[in-house]
Amino acid sequence: MDTFIQLTLSGLSNGMVYALVAVGFVVVFKASDVINFAQGEFLMFGAYLCFAFIAQFGLPWSLSVVLAVAGCAGLGLLVERLVLRPLIGEPVISMIMATIGLSSVMKALVNGIWGPRPRAFPSFLPEGNIEIGGAVLGLDRVLVVVVAGLLLFVLQWFFKTTREGIAMRAIADDNQAALSMGISIRRVLAVAWALAAVTAALGGMMLANMVGVGQEVSHVGLRVFPVVILGGLDSIPGAIVGGAIIGLLEQYTGGYIGHGLNMIVPFLVLILVLMIRPYGLFGKRIIERV
Amino acid sequence: MDSANRPALAKSLRRLLSVNNIEVLYEDVILVLKGLSLTVREGSICALLGTNGAGKSTTLKAISGLLRTERGAVSDGTIDFCGERIDELAADDIVRRGIFQVMEGRRVFEHLNVEDNLRAGGYTRPRGTSLARDLERVYSYFPKLRERQEQQAGYLSGGEQQMLAIGRALMAAPKLLLLDEPSLGLAPLLVQEIFAIVRRINEEEGTTILLVEQNAHLALEVAEHAMIMEGGRVVLEGSADELRNNADVKEFYLGVTQGGERKSYRDIKHYKRRKRWLS
Repeated sequence: MDTFIQLTLSGLSNGMVYALVAVGFVVVFKASDVINFAQGEFLMFGAYLCFAFIAQFGLPWSLSVVLAVAGCAGLGLLVERLVLRPLIGEPVISMIMATIGLSSVMKALVNGIWGPRPRAFPSFLPEGNIEIGGAVLGLDRVLVVVVAGLLLFVLQWFFKTTREGIAMRAIADDNQAALSMGISIRRVLAVAWALAAVTAALGGMMLANMVGVGQEVSHVGLRVFPVVILGGLDSIPGAIVGGAIIGLLEQYTGGYIGHGLNMIVPFLVLILVLMIRPYGLFGKRIIERV
Repeated sequence: MDSANRPALAKSLRRLLSVNNIEVLYEDVILVLKGLSLTVREGSICALLGTNGAGKSTTLKAISGLLRTERGAVSDGTIDFCGERIDELAADDIVRRGIFQVMEGRRVFEHLNVEDNLRAGGYTRPRGTSLARDLERVYSYFPKLRERQEQQAGYLSGGEQQMLAIGRALMAAPKLLLLDEPSLGLAPLLVQEIFAIVRRINEEEGTTILLVEQNAHLALEVAEHAMIMEGGRVVLEGSADELRNNADVKEFYLGVTQGGERKSYRDIKHYKRRKRWLS
């Protein structure tokens, strides 16, 4: 029983981090129907920036976090301006291909600046554990869950009720019609990329706290794909539920069946979802009126 | 239905919009509008009639700036709105100045619910505008939309979608409303209903309307002024009554010959085909 609770807790807390990363995909997809294959690299970049501010410049961690988030937002805006804006009006697939290229460029850039060797991340999250029902959970994990939950809540509110949020959804639906009501595609796209980069920065720093900074951080971007597909590419609640399900599945298979299998299970889920319910649990369906 | 009986609601003679001798090129080579000029008086309903390919939709898109999203451009001439040139402005700037185009085919945001569609329409309203009051106003014109508030727009009927498209435009409180074929694909009764509302909007909100229609009968009933386009320019214009009584319009757009009997559509087609080849 203890193992079960332990696995559940770790699964859920991992799931929240996955959800946070997944939301980066969701934000960009919601605003432009583009799947951002460079999301993992944004995570990595956020983590390295924070690492650089703390370990290389010796700034206090609170300031470093703020600077890293701001830096990532700036990078998001820059990428939007230089890579995506020129592609507005082109088929969506061109933008998706551009993000694949972008991921290589960013990887190379990070490699060039910080080198390929993984580094230890100067942990700034509180140490210690709390006990829940006989299972132990690190305080850092608890904090991660709280921060991720808060952020997801704010984003959900943003898309549901604010003017810019509705504009983003409108643009994803029909960008010419959105333009006809004065919604500036450039501006909304810029906001979306900045938001995605900010969530990536936060996610990246949290991940780095758990596993250290290195190229591995960017692989989480790919590992989160099953989460996004399961939850639905354009749904924030979907990202949360998908994150939780995948997180739990990984822990249960790892704990009860065997290590190694937990790396595969998410992708088995991915294939199943694509066969049965390609728009995911909460994603938008293609509407066909007959 | 007679335009003369309409209440004389603050109809000034001021020109709200004037399009001066514009040329429109698609992809830098395809010349669609060849020296088109038209003016729209403030507070009026103007109809733009013509066959497929005459350039009606292109004219609206040139005015609203949406042309650029389709690789088109105004290559010559000017467009003035409220005395200022707008032909070089971006589409979102033009909306902010008070021109709103309801595009052909309704184009509602299918995955958004009705209310969010309307809110998106109010995107350009200055901060602090009461969206609730604007919504209320739209629902008073289209009570059906109120019933469907929470429903995804993609699942509305065609008529309801057209209402939503016009309601969305109302949210922006435009000075000039460009309507592109609002009757497309709708049942005749529904079309009557929608046109009645369009007329109410013109009278109660004082919104000037430029209407593109294939259905000339209908358009001449609603509009007080109409222009007929052919081959990228305006070939005939006048008051709706004048055009209704014009022999050519009767024959080619209303389908009635001089004897009064309805003309066979086959003959019309034949005539047009030959004419197009010669020109």
